[in-house]
Amino acid sequence: MLGVIGAATVDDLFVDVPATARLPGPVPGLPLHASEMAVERHFASLARKNKAASDHPFFLGAGAYKHHVPASVDHLIQRGEFLTAYTPYQPEIAQGTLQVLFEFQTQVARLFGCDVANASMYDGSTACWEAIGMAGRITRRKKAVLSSGLHPHYVSVAKTMARFTGDQLDTATPSLGGTDMDRLIGAIDAETSCVVVQYPDVLGRIEDLSALSAACQAAGALLIAVVTEPVALGAIKAPGEMGADIVVGEGQSLGVGLQFGGPYIGLFATRDKYVRQMPGRLCGETVDANGKRGYVLTLSTREQHIRREKATSNICTNSGLCALAFSIHMTLLGERGLRDLAALNHAKAVLAAQRLAKLPGVCLANESFFNEFTLVLPKPARAVVHELAAKGVLGGVSLGRLYPRVTELEHGLVIAVTEVVSEGDIDALEAALKEVLA
Amino acid sequence: MNAPNAAGWRPELGETHLAGDETFTGNRALMLEERLIFEIGDATTTGVDLDVAPAAPSMLGSLARTAPIGLPGLSEPETVRHYTRLSRQNYAIDLGLFPLGSCTMKHNPRLNEAVARMKGFKDVHPLQPRETVQGALAVIDELAHWLVTLTGMDSVAMSPKAGAHGELCGILAIKAALEARGEDRKVILVPESAHGTNPATAAFAGFTVENIPANDAGRVDLAALQARLGPDVAGVMITNPNTCGLFEPDLKAISDAVHAAGGYVYCDGANFNAIVGKVRPGDLGVDAMHINLHKTFSTPHGGGGPGSGPVVLSAALSPFAPLPYVKREADGSLRLVEEETAGEDQPDSFGRMVAFHGQMGMFTRALAYILSHGADGLKQVAEDAVLNANYVLRSLEGVLDAPFGHSGPCMHEALFTDDGFAEGFSTLDVAKGLIDEGFHPMTVYFPLVVHGAMLVEPTETESKAALDQFIGALRSVALRAKQGDPALKSTPHFAPRRRLDETLAARKPVLAWKGDKAEG
Ligand SMILES: Cc1ncc(COP(=O)(O)O)c(C=O)c1O
Repeated sequence: MLGVIGAATVDDLFVDVPATARLPGPVPGLPLHASEMAVERHFASLARKNKAASDHPFFLGAGAYKHHVPASVDHLIQRGEFLTAYTPYQPEIAQGTLQVLFEFQTQVARLFGCDVANASMYDGSTACWEAIGMAGRITRRKKAVLSSGLHPHYVSVAKTMARFTGDQLDTATPSLGGTDMDRLIGAIDAETSCVVVQYPDVLGRIEDLSALSAACQAAGALLIAVVTEPVALGAIKAPGEMGADIVVGEGQSLGVGLQFGGPYIGLFATRDKYVRQMPGRLCGETVDANGKRGYVLTLSTREQHIRREKATSNICTNSGLCALAFSIHMTLLGERGLRDLAALNHAKAVLAAQRLAKLPGVCLANESFFNEFTLVLPKPARAVVHELAAKGVLGGVSLGRLYPRVTELEHGLVIAVTEVVSEGDIDALEAALKEVLA
Repeated sequence: MNAPNAAGWRPELGETHLAGDETFTGNRALMLEERLIFEIGDATTTGVDLDVAPAAPSMLGSLARTAPIGLPGLSEPETVRHYTRLSRQNYAIDLGLFPLGSCTMKHNPRLNEAVARMKGFKDVHPLQPRETVQGALAVIDELAHWLVTLTGMDSVAMSPKAGAHGELCGILAIKAALEARGEDRKVILVPESAHGTNPATAAFAGFTVENIPANDAGRVDLAALQARLGPDVAGVMITNPNTCGLFEPDLKAISDAVHAAGGYVYCDGANFNAIVGKVRPGDLGVDAMHINLHKTFSTPHGGGGPGSGPVVLSAALSPFAPLPYVKREADGSLRLVEEETAGEDQPDSFGRMVAFHGQMGMFTRALAYILSHGADGLKQVAEDAVLNANYVLRSLEGVLDAPFGHSGPCMHEALFTDDGFAEGFSTLDVAKGLIDEGFHPMTVYFPLVVHGAMLVEPTETESKAALDQFIGALRSVALRAKQGDPALKSTPHFAPRRRLDETLAARKPVLAWKGDKAEG
């Protein structure tokens, strides 16, 4: 090969690298290659240092949920034709990925009660700030009003971005006493681009968005709903049905799993009339030269590879394979399966809440919830979580972890109960909590 | 069954067979057509078997769902068939050479998949108490150590979710650093050859994007750049190796000049694959660089994602790195630095970019790739990638125009143009012709700085035999384009679909299935 190239050594191919920057040998201070067995062993030993959700009574939620993912999902996403394909820029040999995206977009749009969804974003939090940005472009206004029930990490991301884009954010800390629907409605003015509300909220509460949507509409602002637990929409009304203009969400509940925070999948849906302001890739139907139906990536004049500095977003790589996993799981469930799954989650959560709220000094903060609720404990919940973990129970997310400096919230413990939680798991949590609180 | 009678041919009525290659089902042996889930599923079929919900009162308030959602279900066997059939309409690196320039389609070792699926990694929650996730934090810490050492930088921000998100991280760090100095510099200089994410990112962060001119050798014109530097320039975004597949020999001089003028140097590290283990960007004066783990370190592209875009930072930018990040305590234990302790640990952090702490599933895969190769193997990755690209470049001399071929060797990718094609023939025709030859086309029409760009990145994965077959195919297709073979215009002939009408798709967008709505 070097003969064809006309070079004496491989090193000669690196002539453009200044001699001072060219390393004579392997980068110093790093180990040399290792065998497959050695690498596997290394990871197995690190994996053992973690408590896996499936090995313990497990009740964490707050933006990431443990659901049972049917075995066929992981089998199918590991097919090399899906796993090792690129973004479908050559549609004639990417109809598999493209048809999946078209089906995915339709599933997400229907679940959220919207006209159209994109082919995925990185995760729920980035989808959320992209939605705020999109509302700003549509309304040409700069003020976003964020519900106190929006996940604090999502608020944090929006604050980071707002600092650089010059958007103005109106935020508040949640209260165990009730939601801030009145504050939201009261804060909408002629400068407001959007109101962002999580549904169900970070404490698990569910609230009708119709009045808020009407108030937004009257003021020319957009309503953005954030869904961090899409399974809930098998049991409760879709935000789009209540008038939300943009619905975004975290889709890891379906098909993707916990994965210590990523990769996850941002869901993004809106009304037809706003489609040209959407971020991210879109797949659309068309025909080929023989008139056969087929799919392509479309409306790319919104995107960075065409529009460069005028693009609606800088996103390029998204969460394609997670979209596939989400879509397969949703196809396996179907309408009936999703509704049954949601009913099972809700029933288990209600029974668990009833039992736990009977513990001495413990009360339930929610008037409504789907599969996640907030308990108010007789002492700060943060330490309780660590004591529960020491007893082998992964017992929820403390509000102290989510809102470290807010003393009014420090007794709050957010507990998620999904279909994977058994009767025995609830017994274990109840017993451990009783001991820790005694 | 699936496509009941696509051709509408009714032999039972005595109708004779239609055209020679038509079938009753529309399928052709192993080429199986597959309709949409909305056309083959229904609202009552399900492929899951759930426990029955126990009796319990409702706590949904007035919000219980009443309206149908419109989600079809399939049984498990139907589901497996649906997606298996669809998968067979995809090209993939598992099927063959995938020379997509700038995208680095290399083999994805399956050990990495196995490791990512160990339950201690895939089945842990991002908010678990830290004493229950020490192994997961150790993976992040260990990968961070490799990335910092391989690049010779000061620190790394692990949370960005892909390359473009990493660019945003680096640019926000630059903006925060300027703010800390009380300076409001407005301009970021970006070469015309840059990937679209570069200008899109800079613009999102509120910067004005200005072009850096290139010289005849396809590199940044150092003198012109120096002339433009000044108190309004926040920094430069330079891709190295650049998107023409060329190393920027003046990068150190560029960095020195930018620093002297008070700016910062962002390096787009999407092409790090060409120099990993051979060159440390830190030695070239770079302040921030994203690394696409889904390119250089082989986490699978998955049909468009997910990726992961950690950003290595210089000492000057490290104080502004985002939250959260993993910190090793004096006792050796690991913890996440979040908003709570940012005041003490990282007071100048520009904040959080994403809900949790990055792409764990990509970290495990990338680290498995890195440990398998080691410092020696990674160096060889770069060498083999560069060797393969130069072999392609020189093997096509006299067939395809290589605009920068005169300037010496390329790095990991070879750039060609459509110069010399017959009237009416374009790069697109060559791409579609390659499809019929059983290859995924190269990147086309990028970078924008040459006419009809074809950017070929073979990666280190390919053997000489595989390269020779590809080169032969590309040579034959290129010659057809030069001779004006009309049959090339209608390629692909053998793919699951012929050329698709992209104009129609954009003019009348159909972005969701509405078949049931139209009928009802
Ligand atoms: C040169 C270059 N820069 C940036 C990117 C963006 O990376 P990502 O797609 O991971 O966001 C790419 C990827 O396509 C690229 O090729």
